[in-house]
Amino acid sequence: MKETKNWQEMGLTDTEYQLIVDGLGREPNYVELGMFSVMWSEHCSYKHSRKALKMFPTTGERVLQGPGENAGVVDIGDGLAVCFKIESHNHPSAIEPYQGAATGVGGIIRDILAMGARPVALLNSLRFGSLQNPRVRHLFSGVVSGIGGYGNCIGIPTVGGEVYFAPCYEANPLVNAMCVGVVNKNHLMKGQATGPGNLVILVGASTGRDGIHGVTFASEELSEASEKKRPSVQVGDPFMEKLLVEACLELVENDYLVGLQDLGGAGLTCATSETASRAGTGMEINLDLVPLREKNLTPYEIMLSESQERMLLIVEPSKENKVMEICHRWGLNAIAIGRVTDDRILRIFKDRKIVAEVPARMLAEDAPIYSPLAIEPDYIKEISSLNLDELSEVIDANRVLLTLLSSPTIASKEWVYVQYDYMVRTSTVIHPGSDSAVVRIRDTTKGLALTTDCNSLYTYLDPYVGGMIAVAEAARNIVCSGARPLAVTDCLNFGNPEKPDIFWQFLKTIEGMSEACRILQTPVVGGNVSFYNERSGSPIHPTPTVGMVGLLENIDKRCTLEFKNQGDIIVLLGNSFNELGGSQYLLLIHDLVKGSPPALDLQKEKSLLETLYQAINEGIINSAHDLSEGGLAVALAECCINGSLGARVALEKDNLRIDALLFGESQSRAVVSIMPDKIPSLWQLAQKNGLEINAIGYVGGDTLHIQVDGQEWVNLTIEEIEESWKKSIEKLMS
Amino acid sequence: MKFGVIVFPGSNCDLDAYHLVKDVLGKPVEYIWHQKNSVEGFDCLILPGGFSYGDYLRCGAIARFSPIMQEVVKFANRGGLVLGICNGFQILTEVGLLPGALLRNKDLKFHCQYVHVKVENVNTPFTNLIEPERILKVPIAHGDGNYYIDEQGLNSLSEKKQVIFRYATAEGTVSNEANPNGALFNIAGVISEKGNVLGMMPHPERAGEAILGSTDGLYIFQSLINSLERL
Repeated sequence: MKETKNWQEMGLTDTEYQLIVDGLGREPNYVELGMFSVMWSEHCSYKHSRKALKMFPTTGERVLQGPGENAGVVDIGDGLAVCFKIESHNHPSAIEPYQGAATGVGGIIRDILAMGARPVALLNSLRFGSLQNPRVRHLFSGVVSGIGGYGNCIGIPTVGGEVYFAPCYEANPLVNAMCVGVVNKNHLMKGQATGPGNLVILVGASTGRDGIHGVTFASEELSEASEKKRPSVQVGDPFMEKLLVEACLELVENDYLVGLQDLGGAGLTCATSETASRAGTGMEINLDLVPLREKNLTPYEIMLSESQERMLLIVEPSKENKVMEICHRWGLNAIAIGRVTDDRILRIFKDRKIVAEVPARMLAEDAPIYSPLAIEPDYIKEISSLNLDELSEVIDANRVLLTLLSSPTIASKEWVYVQYDYMVRTSTVIHPGSDSAVVRIRDTTKGLALTTDCNSLYTYLDPYVGGMIAVAEAARNIVCSGARPLAVTDCLNFGNPEKPDIFWQFLKTIEGMSEACRILQTPVVGGNVSFYNERSGSPIHPTPTVGMVGLLENIDKRCTLEFKNQGDIIVLLGNSFNELGGSQYLLLIHDLVKGSPPALDLQKEKSLLETLYQAINEGIINSAHDLSEGGLAVALAECCINGSLGARVALEKDNLRIDALLFGESQSRAVVSIMPDKIPSLWQLAQKNGLEINAIGYVGGDTLHIQVDGQEWVNLTIEEIEESWKKSIEKLMS
Repeated sequence: MKFGVIVFPGSNCDLDAYHLVKDVLGKPVEYIWHQKNSVEGFDCLILPGGFSYGDYLRCGAIARFSPIMQEVVKFANRGGLVLGICNGFQILTEVGLLPGALLRNKDLKFHCQYVHVKVENVNTPFTNLIEPERILKVPIAHGDGNYYIDEQGLNSLSEKKQVIFRYATAEGTVSNEANPNGALFNIAGVISEKGNVLGMMPHPERAGEAILGSTDGLYIFQSLINSLERL
């Protein structure tokens, strides 16, 4: 049997080890090797993705902080800024769903806190296999409870998100958590250890053996052996984090801090080396002072522990007492464990001996950068051809509509979001279940519109177009609530980047997203990459979750998706094409994952967004809902169900197939409802923006009735469609 | 007239109660830190929702030992008005100011949703501006709201008209279907024998502005203000 070296067991390659030896000019000791292995893991170093991520546009007029800090920050006027980030917790959730998801929420909250911002909303993006599988139900139910368990307790509303179900996530579910905070611009913090002589204070939970090598675990494929890594999953304490949030914000408001950093992946190693590296300083840390949960933790364990609910404060010595007073009032342990130095070296002491001595920058920044091989996978050609002539046309559109509405991906997610406290802080003015949630900003007229989006069937079929659509759909959702899209945070979930076909998917996705972000003027201000989402060599679909934040200047202008009044005219904005590739219709009715995703013309998307934005803000329309999975018929059904109102719709077939017309997922479309006398204003707006719009019916009655060229295709009572849509997930879970 | 909102470590609806009293109702209100030893100067105390001490051990079981609780008990025994919402209700049962206990929801899940409650007794300081049998639309958000009390206790509550709110349909039917958590007798809120301490699982402070979806919670606060003004 071949002998494995220490560094191999810790996930470093022989070349990487040699780089460490060369950089240090000597062999690292065991503690140092552990520190390098976590900091140079994919999770911390972004060594495979860093180069590709440079494609993203990251600047803009309002951007105060782009990628590189704990979270992105965007100016929203009135002296305030919004701070947000999304992050994955996929691997831990696959092993221990409740704690995996809970600590994912806890971790992303600390990222926002580290910027000095008050966390005001949480979102998530979840993906699982089929709910027919009992293990998937266990994962799904555990993840939802875990998200609720943490968010509800800490008192930050979980206001939105998305849940998809597809076989590729069966063994590797995705749990992406997003947090949004609001900060007074003057109180914006950085994770920087400036000022040699300043104190390094560790506050919050004491340090235990949990989560050691969590980031290494996150940087490899899941396998049978993963179950044994359950100890790599941390355990969350939302109560402790609530105290931490209140104490840190009080410290920030009093101007007591020089720098603030959360302890997350790679624990103390990451927090110390990153803050020192960013500031161009060094640090001396005395491990004898770190509060421990049990005796006899080794320096290696203390430096690598991922115990949750800890923050690192950089404080001027003169303010130490004041800082301690606040921390103690909140019942928190706080202790100065070291000080900032000017020699750029991170020096770790235990029992008065140096146990590690490494340049901070080398740990935080000098991991090798890889440009992996990218080759178009064979499957793309195999599945991209879809001959619609060979596809049987729809016969019973009523049945198809009910099938789509009851499929867990499209069905109401009420079973999920009622387990989240989405109202706490009494600021949620558009609740979950809408195109985007809206949270008001107290003492202003403004609101933040929030959404997470990604259709990974599209990215699987064509990563470039799929990447563009993920961004465009998010923007559409934001605008449907009446807000202007501001910026993006992304969570890029992919398979193993060392495989050329996976890396090709990764590159193409980023190219597509970047293009859309440029045209729609929504820079990427932060995010996270999660690779190695594979189980036994089988990768997930490329899943670039887009978290988007929009600004509503006046929350009284907000718009929701449900029909409001009998007699309102229903107008379809945008054009429909014979596009069925990648649609839920094709998947659920014809059992096919084939074709190209719908085409996206970003200029048309802009026309749609501009028209919607103006129409809502000028008070012309009464409801707006974007068309996505399930197409026009599903969108109309959702407007009816949520408004408890029927609709009579008459469509023209033109050269379209009936299935494409009713269930196709052509992009850049929305349905709106409008008072008849406002129609001319909407037409003017559309014309000005170069957008085609068509009146297709009116709101009324208690059925959804759709005819095409005079022939009836859909005729269902609102009760029937609601029954299919609303209780579907609940039935599968009971 | 001054309201006090008690803040325990882990309270998280303190801000919402404070905001409602101050910004919506325009009445004086202050936070009271749980380690304080006095409630002097306050006319009404609100124990807000949240997860005091993380709800560890048992909801409200640790908070009841906070120094401020001795003062709350004295205040209540003097006839002062105390409103416990959600976690506040749990704390009030733990400290013995209200009878019964709040168990895990019947389906073991957290529920955040609007419910309807029927007002059973309008002759209290918390409901005096409400028409008899009026239905209020108010949200709940809890994992432990399943009210329980033994048979004798339930009979006593009914006799003394201490059951103030019961889960009902929007039309006012008290039924299993309308019961979100399995609470005995659909009980959503009870009052102390003397009628000055109310505990309720629904959150009236979340139903105080039209923009949030309901203003029915205002009836309770306006009733309170009405009682205080008459004192």
